[in-house]
Amino acid sequence: MARINSSAELEEIRKGILSGRDPNKPCISVCAGAGCIASGASEVIDAFKAEIEKQGLMADVNTKGTGCPGFCERGPVVVIYPEEICYLQVKPEDVPEIVSQTIKEKKVVDRLLYVDRTTGEKATHESDIPFYKNQERIIIGSNIKIDPKSIDDYLAIGGYSALAKVLFQMTSEQVLEEVKKSNLRGRGGAGFPTGSKWEGSRNAPGEIKYVIVNADEGDPGAFMDRALLEGNPHSVLEGLIIGACAVGSREGYIYVRQEYPLAVENVTLAIKQAEEYGLLGKNILGSDFDFTVKVHQGAGAFVCGESTALMTALEGRTGEPRPKYIRSNIKGLWDRPTVLNNVETWSNVPLIINKGADWFAQIGTERSKGTKIFSLVGKINNTGLVEVPMGMTLRDIIYKIGGGIPRGKRFKAVQTGGPSGGCLPEDMLDLEVGFDELKKAGSMMGSGGMIILDEDTCMVDIARYFLEFLTDESCGKCVPCREGIRQMLKILTNITKGKGREGDIELLEELAEVAREAALCELGRSAPNSFLSTLKYFRDEYEAHVLEKRCPALSCKELITFYIDPDKCQACTICSKKCPSEAIAGGKNRIHVIDQEKCTKCGTCFEVCPPRFGAVRKISGEPVPASIPEEARTIVRGSKEK
Amino acid sequence: MSEIIFQIDGRQVAAREGMTVLEAAQKAGISIPTLCHYEKLEPYGGCRLCTVEAEVRGWTKLVASCLYPVEKDLIVRTRSEKVDRIRKMILELLLAHAPDALELQNLAGEYGAVKDRFEKEPSFCIHCGLCVRYCAEVKKKDAIGFVDRGTRREISFIPEIASKECWNCKECFPLCPTEALQAAFVLAKAFAFPSSSLEHEPTE
Amino acid sequence: MDKDRVDQIIDKHECEASSLIQVLLEIQSENHWLPKEALERVAERLQVPLTRIQHIATFYKAFSLVPKGRHEIHICMGTACHVRGASRVLDTVQDQTGIKPGETDLDLKFSLDTVNCLGCCALGPVMEIDGKAHGKMAPAKIADVLKKL
Repeated sequence: MARINSSAELEEIRKGILSGRDPNKPCISVCAGAGCIASGASEVIDAFKAEIEKQGLMADVNTKGTGCPGFCERGPVVVIYPEEICYLQVKPEDVPEIVSQTIKEKKVVDRLLYVDRTTGEKATHESDIPFYKNQERIIIGSNIKIDPKSIDDYLAIGGYSALAKVLFQMTSEQVLEEVKKSNLRGRGGAGFPTGSKWEGSRNAPGEIKYVIVNADEGDPGAFMDRALLEGNPHSVLEGLIIGACAVGSREGYIYVRQEYPLAVENVTLAIKQAEEYGLLGKNILGSDFDFTVKVHQGAGAFVCGESTALMTALEGRTGEPRPKYIRSNIKGLWDRPTVLNNVETWSNVPLIINKGADWFAQIGTERSKGTKIFSLVGKINNTGLVEVPMGMTLRDIIYKIGGGIPRGKRFKAVQTGGPSGGCLPEDMLDLEVGFDELKKAGSMMGSGGMIILDEDTCMVDIARYFLEFLTDESCGKCVPCREGIRQMLKILTNITKGKGREGDIELLEELAEVAREAALCELGRSAPNSFLSTLKYFRDEYEAHVLEKRCPALSCKELITFYIDPDKCQACTICSKKCPSEAIAGGKNRIHVIDQEKCTKCGTCFEVCPPRFGAVRKISGEPVPASIPEEARTIVRGSKEK
Repeated sequence: MSEIIFQIDGRQVAAREGMTVLEAAQKAGISIPTLCHYEKLEPYGGCRLCTVEAEVRGWTKLVASCLYPVEKDLIVRTRSEKVDRIRKMILELLLAHAPDALELQNLAGEYGAVKDRFEKEPSFCIHCGLCVRYCAEVKKKDAIGFVDRGTRREISFIPEIASKECWNCKECFPLCPTEALQAAFVLAKAFAFPSSSLEHEPTE
Repeated sequence: MDKDRVDQIIDKHECEASSLIQVLLEIQSENHWLPKEALERVAERLQVPLTRIQHIATFYKAFSLVPKGRHEIHICMGTACHVRGASRVLDTVQDQTGIKPGETDLDLKFSLDTVNCLGCCALGPVMEIDGKAHGKMAPAKIADVLKKL
């Protein structure tokens, strides 16, 4: 492939690619993102290729592995174009039927369609599925349409036209102004105005400046950046090159966590392809702009997602954050002006250039413009990545898109913002997502993790969980974080084990203050948030644990006991057979009784007791009822003795 | 270098551009407690004991004075209820690891820190980093470094280098605010000596 | 790992000190652990103090200073997986392999570690073996997956 040396040549190439493609030709798009691959997508792709070959249809049908559209729970996801028929949870065994029914006879295979878990309604087309219907997928929508390993696919959907516009129709000042006018704010969590960040670096003294893509996505439960970088690496690259123009940088880095090997692979390939096409390197598209980019992998440290720690890691050191008294866009990587932005932030840039800042500013709210991709996971019917305009309410996201809570359970709280964020209860669900509203309520939007918790989740345990995570990930340099969080974890762990004492909550609040006010970096300063927000909205749970030794959610192992209700037990013997500790006494027609000394609280009996009996109960905060005497345990069918 | 005038505890203080608040305060004879600071080394910002209130353009924030650069019209308060609470807590957290360290006990007295606030975990090292930084920045031998992260972080000698350099140096020993450094050296000595590079105990 | 291979990796990264972590990642990936001799060679050629390498090798979870098993098992303990019962999956794997996170069994067959989020959150609980992710893990399924190794 020859280098492209001008904007006109780029358009020629694009036209050439499009003219070689028939939009009516069937295309089987199978999601090849990490999630679907884990569910067997590679085998499905191979099965399609084999079946198409077997049927002699290779000239008439395309098959490709695509980027992640975010509906991972129902994967492998297959979309048949041009009709956009969407099949979910496809297995290799389903492939011959799909090829004969849908490809050859244009008929739909009903059993593979999306089914709404509450109404039972089915949806044929991708755009009918309620999960997708209520989203505004301006960024992630392209993923299912392209093979991330093909630069031609990206060019076919208009890729790199924004870069050509920037290089030949705009000055770098104009590019900066456009981004400023759009009011784009960083998507990594802090929400800093992107235009201002770029401007600071552009005006800072120094010849050498850097631009960095932060793809360290460490928030557990968040995988937006994975899907974007794996599924559409060129969109991120294009945004980065445009940013480099605006700032005056000629060298860039993409820092990807090594837990995302597919993303590393796809972006490395994308860079190679872009270099071949003359979209990276010297004289990009024949202009006088040079820019190169390197990929660096993370090595397993959440703290490296913090911008100064990331830069320290790029310098080949341990990822210890540095003070931000002088901002890193003035003195960052190797003390030079550095613009670091999140993957999603960079992905927004080509859109803003192509469609204009005014178009972008129409989406969203006054202070939060554009869309945001959230990873909606946990106790929710439709799990996956959702892209919505800023300003949509939490309620709409959770119920209209997410389909509500499964198994008839009650919603309890939504956790947003990762370990730095907080939990919000039901009466906060009408808050609009954006940078400011959630913060006022004691949580934050963060990078987009949105974890739904139901009535079975213990909020004290959630706070403990996040503090355990942060204790493990703390770099350990400063006292407030290393020592303060460690003590908070100890106290919370004791509380969940029934060893909480009066004064614990007050001590936790004191430790929270030290971390918030005096820690070196944002990891330490925001660490107490999970505790503070759960204390604010679920104080009763804390008090129950400490004062009554009771876990209201019936979750904390040391505070619950399992009990078989003798009125309900039908002696089916399932639980006694499955109990791994052989702690259940009973046999046919003998009411079962749990030996509390042997019970390890694994919960197996609770899960296997047939729902029509529901004889196993969890008790907390009260003594276990005395076991009924041996003589009374025989069940006489027809009438039961007690 | 231009001169910058700002306030510390109600007093006007003059400083050069590029100085930190701590440097300026020390020059003016105003004391701010520190543990990880040493004038021969780059400021570290690890102990956070030097935290002060810094007010600029009406906004007050807490900053580590050993790293915060001086600026015009800055108003600094080295003591306040909040600052004192934070220093007390930092000391109490450290006393759990090094309850008998003299420096900690002196400071504890001034801020009312209670030795038994937290359960003791006598690892003795308070991670001030003075030993590591001195060896790296002043002696340039890198015989001792940090390992691991978070609560598992520790200081560790490289036995091959320590066996060659430390016996005749030991300049970092008096810097250590607790007994930790000597303890680590003794341990490394036990593993390193006799090593293949040493046929006999070197004489002092 | 022999010295020549270490040198090759260092040269591939143009012997730059800032590529230290990338060099170590490659050695770890090929060799499954970082032997002391390899670290000393890297220190010598990249002109960085051994203390820095030692700190990096212990600070970052990707590195191991002791040999790992032939099959590396990672259990994701991210929030989404935790909420869906990842601790029970971990307990079951511990019982069936006889080792705890951070350990390797005596035959050097398995190494077990927890990991803080693989990005397959919609499929929790997730277990990754030799780089391949297995979603929707339940204690009952684990025996089958391990048997296949």
